[in-house]
Amino acid sequence: MNSVRNVFAIAGKELRSYFASPMGYILIGLFALLFGMFFRVYLTMFAEQSQRMAMGGGTANVNEMLIRGVFHNVAIIILFIMPMVTMRTYAEEKRSGTIELLLTSPITDLQIILGKFLGAMGLFAAMLVVTAIDIAILFRLGNPELKPVLTGYLGLLLMGGCFLSVGLLISSLTKNQIVAGVMTFAVFLMLWIVNWFADSLGPTGREIVNYLSITEHLDDFTKGILDTKHIVYYASFITFGLFLTAKSVDSERWRG
Amino acid sequence: MIEVQHVTKRYGRVTAVDDVSFRVEKGEILGFLGPNGAGKTTTMRILTGYMPASEGKALIAGYDVFTHPLEAKRRTGYLPETPPLYPDMTVREYLDFVSRIKAVPPAERKTRVTNVMARAHIADMADRHCSKLSKGYRQRVGLAQALIHNPDVLILDEPTAGLDPKQIIETRQLIRSLAGDHTIVLSTHILPEVAQTCQRVVIINKGRVVAVDTPDNLTSRLKGAETMFVQVDAPGADAGGALATIPGVSRVVAADGATPGAFEVESERGTDVRRELARTIVNRGWGLLELRPMRMSLEEIFLQVTTDETAQEPARVAEETQEAAGE
Repeated sequence: MNSVRNVFAIAGKELRSYFASPMGYILIGLFALLFGMFFRVYLTMFAEQSQRMAMGGGTANVNEMLIRGVFHNVAIIILFIMPMVTMRTYAEEKRSGTIELLLTSPITDLQIILGKFLGAMGLFAAMLVVTAIDIAILFRLGNPELKPVLTGYLGLLLMGGCFLSVGLLISSLTKNQIVAGVMTFAVFLMLWIVNWFADSLGPTGREIVNYLSITEHLDDFTKGILDTKHIVYYASFITFGLFLTAKSVDSERWRG
Repeated sequence: MIEVQHVTKRYGRVTAVDDVSFRVEKGEILGFLGPNGAGKTTTMRILTGYMPASEGKALIAGYDVFTHPLEAKRRTGYLPETPPLYPDMTVREYLDFVSRIKAVPPAERKTRVTNVMARAHIADMADRHCSKLSKGYRQRVGLAQALIHNPDVLILDEPTAGLDPKQIIETRQLIRSLAGDHTIVLSTHILPEVAQTCQRVVIINKGRVVAVDTPDNLTSRLKGAETMFVQVDAPGADAGGALATIPGVSRVVAADGATPGAFEVESERGTDVRRELARTIVNRGWGLLELRPMRMSLEEIFLQVTTDETAQEPARVAEETQEAAGE
């Protein structure tokens, strides 16, 4: 009970710090803008295609051809936006000395990390909620299926969580939030493009690399499939990231 | 209440704290005195559980800060060297947040926040953002933060640093008023502060404890002999020679400065030669202008125990003394 309260105290503080400065609003606005741009591109493409298909007597699937495409591109937006969400989490506390307050309070490192993670997740969830406006328009004008949209959002949330856990880890390694931001971006980029090499690696290598790629696991979610395999992958990725963050915070403590 | 046992802290090859041990009894104010870089902050960080010791252990209210960190931390309030404020929170929001992570029961939070704000004289800044506070207010918000969960033990790292003279006096009064209910360890490199606020002093230098005692005892203990300052109006007479013949007087030297007739009269420890001095002077018909015991100031003791080459230091200390005297 108490530990849950501690986690929420930290998460609340993190969320408030995003919205106390323009940062939170800028990030949400930027996310909505980029999402909207992808949405617009896919919408035009979808409109053209459905016209063509209508001439042939068929109907184009909104879920398949529009929503899925947009969701896949969210990975690109995350790539640019998430480093800005996580870069200050630990780095700023270390620079300003507030980390001394946290580490000398009767709360555990894990509670602090979970709180920070939940706070960042809260901001990311707010970003996704804003994008729901675009999707809502589709529901108003067409009749897409709801299930792939919901599982798609769940997939995005989980994938975002993976990136956040990596970002948190990198932020815990440095005092300088710019360094944290740049490093996080570089690592995200690597995680994102790792499966580009898949084809050159032969069958076994491809399997492994594809499995490791964060973005590969999103695909089934956007199709409306809830596969435990992918949920387990994302959950263990997040757990591992947060675990490494805990180790990093602890080793910092020993080094002083 | 606080027990530090053979604590050593090494950073790589550098030993920041070397085999430090001391105890603080309940309700006591202990001054932690030492030049910058002596290991004060490191020792305090170990006590508060911010970092573990390389060797030895520290106990707060019987709880080992390393093996039972949560119990120890619940009983400790800590003001680090730089007050750990979040710039984008108001003072009230900040204290509310701290009360949450310090396990203050939800029902008591509001009253605790109001109480500590009154206590630290920051109520007028309650809705101001921490980033907009002056140095003095930041320090006091830091102090309020340390008090919010009514801890048994208060660890204050240079609580008066950066304050103006009036604030320094107020802060010291506040700290003194907290003793009794709270056990306090405060660090400083300003010497008069220790004499004014603390009941006991630990002098630390280069990571080692060089002296532990009350300020008064330290003053007398470190002096081998009693010294009187005497100024007589005895034109033409050998006043110094006459004083030296008084029983109990071991040595008479002319005092520094150009003042004629001023002497430093040393006597054996434990003998009070003041009456004899006065009688002799008056009997000879000289004028007794001044007679006072010379006590070694804390500055001198400090220098004596912390430096090898005293000669290099007085200038710096004199500066600090003036700073402190300006209060």
